Amino acid sequence: MQAAHCESGVTRNLLKNIGINKMTEPLAFGLGSGLFFVYVPFLKINNGPAIAFRSFPGIIFKQTCKSLKIPVRRKKFFSKQKAQLFLDQRLEEGHAVGCQVGVYYLPYFPKEYRFHFNAHNLIVYGKEGDNYLVSDPIMDTVKMLTSYQLERVRFAKGALAPKGQLYYVEKNQDVTDEQMKTAIKDGIKKNVFNMLRIPGPIAGVRGIRFAGRKIKKWRDKLGLPKAGLYLAQLVRMQEEIGTGGGGFRYIYAAFLQEAYAYHPADGLLKISAEFSRAGDLWRTSAVQAAGIYKQRLGSQEDFNVMGDYLLEIAEIEKKAFESLAKINWH
Amino acid sequence: MSALGKITTEVCYATDKEGNYTTEQSRGWDVKITALDVTWKNVEERMDAARQKVLSNEASPLLFFMEKNVMDVSIVAGYTGFWKWRVKRHLKPSIFNKLSNKILLKYAEVFNVSLNEFKTMKVDAS
Repeated sequence: MQAAHCESGVTRNLLKNIGINKMTEPLAFGLGSGLFFVYVPFLKINNGPAIAFRSFPGIIFKQTCKSLKIPVRRKKFFSKQKAQLFLDQRLEEGHAVGCQVGVYYLPYFPKEYRFHFNAHNLIVYGKEGDNYLVSDPIMDTVKMLTSYQLERVRFAKGALAPKGQLYYVEKNQDVTDEQMKTAIKDGIKKNVFNMLRIPGPIAGVRGIRFAGRKIKKWRDKLGLPKAGLYLAQLVRMQEEIGTGGGGFRYIYAAFLQEAYAYHPADGLLKISAEFSRAGDLWRTSAVQAAGIYKQRLGSQEDFNVMGDYLLEIAEIEKKAFESLAKINWH
Repeated sequence: MSALGKITTEVCYATDKEGNYTTEQSRGWDVKITALDVTWKNVEERMDAARQKVLSNEASPLLFFMEKNVMDVSIVAGYTGFWKWRVKRHLKPSIFNKLSNKILLKYAEVFNVSLNEFKTMKVDAS
C-alpha cells in the first residue's frame, strides 16, 4: 500500500500485516512522535544545510510498536553475508521485514531523486531465485531487487549509514481501542517534549526560530547563488521524499483528527487546524524560497521575509504544542 | 511534472471541504520540482569545474566522478573501504597515475563505470 512517508508507511504496512487493521499512516506517524525540526549548523549534507522535519530514522517504528506493546526485533550487521542470511531466514519463516536503505543505488528510483539519503525504508516480503520482492511505500507497484542491489542499498555509506539494519514484528497480535488510546496519549506527550523541551537552540520550535534567524544572514554570508542552493535544500527536505507536503505538518494534523475519534477531547480538532495552518505557512515559505532560487527575488528584504515566515511558524507550532500539553485526556 | 511523477504518483495529505483530512495523489509541485532542478544544475556546474581541473592536471579523474556521484571524501572512503587520507591522496594526478588496476577497479565499481571510462572521464551524460 502506497504512503506519503516511507517510515510511517512501512510501519503501517508491517503492523497491518500482523493483523492490526486499524493502523493508518497518520496514526503510525503520530504514535511514533514523528514530527520534529532540527537544523544542525555545523553539519553539511550534499554541500547544503542539514535540516530535518522529522525524527531520526527508526524512531517512528520503534516508538509506535513500543507504545502498543508489540515486541519488535531489530538488528544491524557488520557482515554483509550474515545480513543476507538473516534476512533469508526471516523470509522463509514468513515474516515481512522492514529495511533501512540508502536511495543512491536504488535502481527503480528516478535519477533526480538519487542523493546519498540513507534514511529510506522499504519492506522485503519474499524471494524468488536471486530476486527479492520489495514493497516500497513511495512506489505504487511491487519492485524487485537482485541480492547484489539489495546488499548495496542496505550497506549504503555516508551520514546515517543503515549498516544493514532490519526490523520486524515477531508474532501476530491485535490491539484494543484502549491500547490505542494510551498509545495516542503517549505519542503526543513525547512529541510535545521533542518540540518544546529538548535543550539547546537547534531542535524543536527553537530550532525553527534559529533557522529563521540564520536564513536572514545567508545572503551576506554565502552570496546569492549559494544561499539559493541552501534554500532549495530546505525546500527539498520539507517537500521531497514523502513528507505528505508541508514538512509533515499535514500528516500530523491528520493524525490529530484521527486521535479525536479515539479521544474526543476538547480542543484537539482546533489544534489540528493549527497544524494545517503551520503546513500552509511552510508551503508559503517554500514559494518565497523558490522565488529566490529561481532568481526572481534576491534582495535582503526577500531573505528577511523568508526568515520571518519561519519565526511565524515557530510561534504557531509553539502555541499548538503548548495546547496539546494541556489537553485534558479522559 | 516531477521526475517521480513520470513513474509513480505521490501521496499527499490535504483537507476536503469539511476540513477533514484525506489523501490525494499528486504528480508534483512546481516549487519542489525547481528545487530539484536547481540542485542538479549545481551538480553539473561542479562536474564541469572538476572536468576542467582534471584536464589542466590540477586534479585526478577521481574528483570528477566524486562530483558526478554527489559524493564527498568520506562517502567515497565508506564505499571503497580506503582510508580518507588515501582517497584525498588519490585526488592528486601524480599519485593517481601510479595506482594499480586493483585500486582503480574498486573506484570504478563504486562509480558504476568501466576502468577505461574511469581513467578517461569518457562517460555518456546519463
